[in-house]
Order: sequence, then structure tokens, then C-alpha cells
Amino acid sequence: MDLFEYQARDLFAKHGVPVLAGEVIDTPEAAREATEKLGGKSVVKAQVKVGGRGKAGGVKLAADPDEAVARATDILGMDIKGHTVHKVMIAELSPEIEAEYYVSYLLDRTNRTFLAMASVQGGMDIEEVAEKTPEALAKVPVNAVDGVDIAKAREIVAQAKFPADVAEGVAEALVTLWDTFVAEDALLVEVNPLVKTKDGRILALDGKVSLDENADFRQPDHEALEDKDAANPLEAAAKAKNLNYVKLDGEVGIIGNGAGLVMSTLDVVAYAGENHGNVKPANFLDIGGGASAEVMANGLEIILGDPDVRSVFVNVFGGITACDEVANGIVQALALLESKGEKVEKPLVVRLDGNNAELGRKILSDANHPLVQRVDTMDGAADKAAELAAAAK
Amino acid sequence: MAIFLTKDSKVIVQGMTGATGMKHTKLMLADGTNIVGGVNPRKAGTSVDFDGTEVPVFGSVAEAMEKTGANVSVLFVPPAFSKAAVVEAIDAEIPLAVVITEGIAVHDSAAFWAYAGAKGNKTRIIGPNCPGLITPGQSNAGIIPGDITKPGRIGLVSKSGTLTYQMMYELRDIGFSSAVGIGGDPVIGTTHIDALAAFEADPETDLIVMIGEIGGDAEERAADFIKANVTKPVVGYVAGFTAPEGKTMGHAGAIVSGSSGTAQAKKEALEAAGVKVGKTPTETAKLAREILGA
Repeated sequence: MDLFEYQARDLFAKHGVPVLAGEVIDTPEAAREATEKLGGKSVVKAQVKVGGRGKAGGVKLAADPDEAVARATDILGMDIKGHTVHKVMIAELSPEIEAEYYVSYLLDRTNRTFLAMASVQGGMDIEEVAEKTPEALAKVPVNAVDGVDIAKAREIVAQAKFPADVAEGVAEALVTLWDTFVAEDALLVEVNPLVKTKDGRILALDGKVSLDENADFRQPDHEALEDKDAANPLEAAAKAKNLNYVKLDGEVGIIGNGAGLVMSTLDVVAYAGENHGNVKPANFLDIGGGASAEVMANGLEIILGDPDVRSVFVNVFGGITACDEVANGIVQALALLESKGEKVEKPLVVRLDGNNAELGRKILSDANHPLVQRVDTMDGAADKAAELAAAAK
Repeated sequence: MAIFLTKDSKVIVQGMTGATGMKHTKLMLADGTNIVGGVNPRKAGTSVDFDGTEVPVFGSVAEAMEKTGANVSVLFVPPAFSKAAVVEAIDAEIPLAVVITEGIAVHDSAAFWAYAGAKGNKTRIIGPNCPGLITPGQSNAGIIPGDITKPGRIGLVSKSGTLTYQMMYELRDIGFSSAVGIGGDPVIGTTHIDALAAFEADPETDLIVMIGEIGGDAEERAADFIKANVTKPVVGYVAGFTAPEGKTMGHAGAIVSGSSGTAQAKKEALEAAGVKVGKTPTETAKLAREILGA
């Protein structure tokens, strides 16, 4: 889960990373009081989860509270690269800046370790720095067991060739940033820029944090950081039912068991769509191993509720779960939806293979539901689902 | 022959007495796995009856190893306790730990991976978030259905559980030497490369099927490894061509970040290494069949 800048700032502050004061607001008028609290001047910063907001006009100085309200009026509702601004941060004005740096910690999947990255060329897109002047970006592996103490932080600072007068300040900031990374179960903590001010302070002026949702069980505060407004309503409904669902752009609704098989199903449907009016998968939905009737019904309900869906492809490989149980699940799910008064009008193509497939197929044949068609190979079923979606377009 | 797991493997189950552990211990026993014990400090000294097979419960991995000679542990431990359980297995120096658990925090898996390294990598870790591995006809350590296929000459390594099953099913008449599910998390122990090296060295494996998916660069590195080290034919499949950027597709590690980790890049890297890559699982199976003339 990627956080907004103000949320990152709050987490930094909590763990001792030096930041400036700031408050998030969502109405222009609130900018007045927030700016007054900061002594009458502020920076109004759009809160969007996309880079390049400064260039897009999403960051403005305000010399007095009235101007802060005016700037907040301009920025709230603005569109920045497809992201609507719903919140702005009213931040303390930075003391004069002498230099801008870059520091981050992230997971290095390739080497199965954490990585510290640091550069004295901050304030710009770090991918650009990595490409144009790779020697200016130090990458230092950090062992998950050893972590970053002040000695390790000094090593990072030395490798990135920070000037002597800021070396110790940056090293101290790096230790607190590591504390944030570990304590919050983050996958990424990034400060860009980390600045040196004329009065000699080191400050984190902007930051990015991405959190590991697998750690939610020990991070009770993280749920409140979710941006519930931004979630697609179908994705939000699926999440509320503990379903692993991602909304996509196409017309063929997909239900399957197992993340790999479902990903593969999307691809196979997209290939099939090339012969059927270019229809594409409408979603990713993994109902997991033990597909009970209830889980199947929940999944079908979400998919049938998607107005983009023209046909549904249920692709199940019976592993431990037997196909007869899955088939019963599908039949019961349809009955359950119909008993709730929901009209099931979209055709379903079901492919069952693996454990007890024959039995499962027989159950579907016997149920003889007018909207359910059985096709016994994955490629064949994908083709049928694509054909039906194209015909209903 | 087989890789990592044979009929001589002595298997213990950490988390055996939980609902999932019980269910799958029963299935593993039915597949002929030599399960010599379970581990649960609160139930040490008791035993569990699985359809007439009494399996003793030990207080620790070390104790189970000492009393039974166990050399494989399969872990069905909830995410919150998985790090401690894997660390315990590493401390006991068990040669193979198969971590089935899904949903382990990355800071935990990175920590136990680093810990294994600091202890000299005496424990091979498979997973987490994986279906385990099976050597058909000999032993099953995990949740792969034991009745899909029979012993044979194909070796399989895959990030995905259900795609492993699908591929075993497509090629069930030929059979498999071993099938290894390495898991879909961002940090995993055994990699495609480790399994490829083991299959290359296994005299009873004639062809390797490698299944990958979006996220990370494991497939690209496996392609480099194949080019330099693998003489046996390799057939590949990659899932996730239609996955949008920045969205996690079920597996925690299955995410395209910016332009990296795409299925297209993985497919191209594999093809450049001489691997035949199928467009669908069925087409991939057909490619394997053509090469084996079966």
C-alpha cells in the first residue's frame, strides 16, 4: 500500500526522522487556520500518489493565510496525471535550502536483502539519476538481521560521498529512517529531497512510503491509512468479502482458483479475444483453494454486478479440492443469488479439470442451468467465453 | 531419482496439529510420505492418529530430528509465527524446510533468509507461499495433489501452485521426476535456478518445465543460467501478460513495477536462452511432448 506524502511525513515524525510541521486538510477554508498555526506563511502541497506534482502546479507558496486559502482553492480538485486532488498538506515553509539529497531503503528482490540507496543528487527523479549518472547513486546492501546502526549509516554516507559537514547529520537521519522502515513493516521508505538548510539542519522535505499488507496483523494502525475513497467500488466490495479481486478493462468476467492459474486465465482469454472482437478479461478474481458455495456466490455476485461484464468464465482446476464440490458450489451459488432476487442474465462458461472432474461435470450437466455451459479444456472454454462476450457487445 | 525429496526422506510437520496441518499430513501419508513426527511444544509427548498411523508430537524440531532422524520439515504455521518456526528449523540445521504458509510479512521472510545465510545455509528453504514439492511415487512434502500424475522423466519448477497442478495434469501420461513449487512471494528460499541446477544433475530428468509469472527478475536470471549451464531441453511458461502495472495479482510478489517484471520481458529472455515458451499452459505441454516425442 502506497501512502500519501502527509502520511509518510507523520510516520517519519513518529520515528524521529527530521521533518517540518504540516497538516492535511480537504477544504480551502481550513488552509487559513493551518497557515495561522504556522506563523502566517505556508506551502500548499497537493496530496497525490504520483510524481511530478510540482511541475503540474500542485505545490504553491502562500505568503499569508488568505493566499493559502486561494492556493488551496486552486489545487483542491485539480487533476494531476489522472489523479484528482482531494487533500492538500499545509506545510511549514522550509528554511533556505543549500543542497538536496536522496536517501531510501527498499527490498532488493534479486538479492533477497534490503538495500540502502543514497545520492547527493537529490530533488530530481532518482530513476533519471540512476540512468544518467549511475556513479552518483550509492547502493548498499543491508542485511535484514543486522539492520542499520550508526556505523552502517556512516558506511552508506561514505559510499554516497556526502560532504563532510553534513555526513553525521545524514547518518543520524538514516538510522531513524531505518527505524521507520522496520517498525512500520515498509517495503519502501524514500526521502527526496533530504535537504541541508542554510542554518545547518538536515530535513526530510518530501517522502514516499509503501507498506507491506501481509504485516497488517501486527500493524493495527495501518488500516486507517488506506485511501478508501480512491478504491474502485467493485474492488472495495470484493475486499470487504475477503476476495482477491482486481478490476480490469475488458468484458469477460473471470473466476478461478489459485493466483497463477487466474493470471494465466486472463492471458488465455485475451488471446481468444483476438478472434472475437478483441474482448478482454474484465477482472482478476482468485477464490483460492477450498471454493465453497458461499465463496463462489460472493465471487459471482461481484462479477455479475460489474456492468462491463458480458460473459463469465469460471476456470477451476481441482487440486486438493474436488471438482464435484466446486460444481456443487457453482450450482448452489446460482441458486443463492436467484433466491436473493438477483437476476443472473449473463452466460457462464465453466471449465472443470483435475480431481473428480467427471463427477463435477456430471453435476453441472444434471443441473442443466440455462446460462451455464461446460467446456472441458481451458483454451476451448476461454474461446467460448470470449465468443459469448463479443456476441453480447 | 528425484530432486530434494525421495522415498528415504524423513519428514516432520511443524504446525501438524492445526486444522490445515492435520488435513495435509493425512494426505501426505496417503501419498506414501514417511512422516516421522509433528512439532508443537504444547502437545509434546502426545501422538496423533491418522487412519491407523500414529505420528508422535515433539517439543521442538531439534528433538524430532534427534529422535527420528528427520531431514525434512514441512511448515503449516500461521504467518505471525512463521519466522520463529523457520528460525527454529534453521537452528536445528534440518537439511530442508518447506514453508507452505501464505501471507508472511516480507520483513520476516527477509529476516529468516538472512539468518539462514548467517548460519551457513545448512537448511534449504522452499517457499514461503508455495505448494511444496512432490516426487511422485516416493514422497510428497506439501499440498500438491498426489494423484494427478505418476513417476516419469519431466522435472517441473513453478512459482504457482495451481499452474503446477495444471501442467502435471496436462502431462500426466508422461509423468514427473519431481515437481517443485517455489512460491509467489517477493523473497523465497529456493529459486528457479536452484531447481534447474538440480534437475540438470538428476539422471532421471530428461526435460524441464519452468513456470514463471510477473514480478521481479527471477525468470531473466534463470534464462542466463540456462544459457550457461543447462544442457537438457527446457520448456517455459510465463503468466501475467495482461496484468496492469502496479497491481498485485494474488501472489504478493506478482506485480509489474514500472517497466520491470513484465511477462513479455521474461518470455523474451527465456526465448533468447533457447527455451521454448508456450502461449498457454496447454501449448506449453504440447511443446514438451514434441521434444520428448511422447
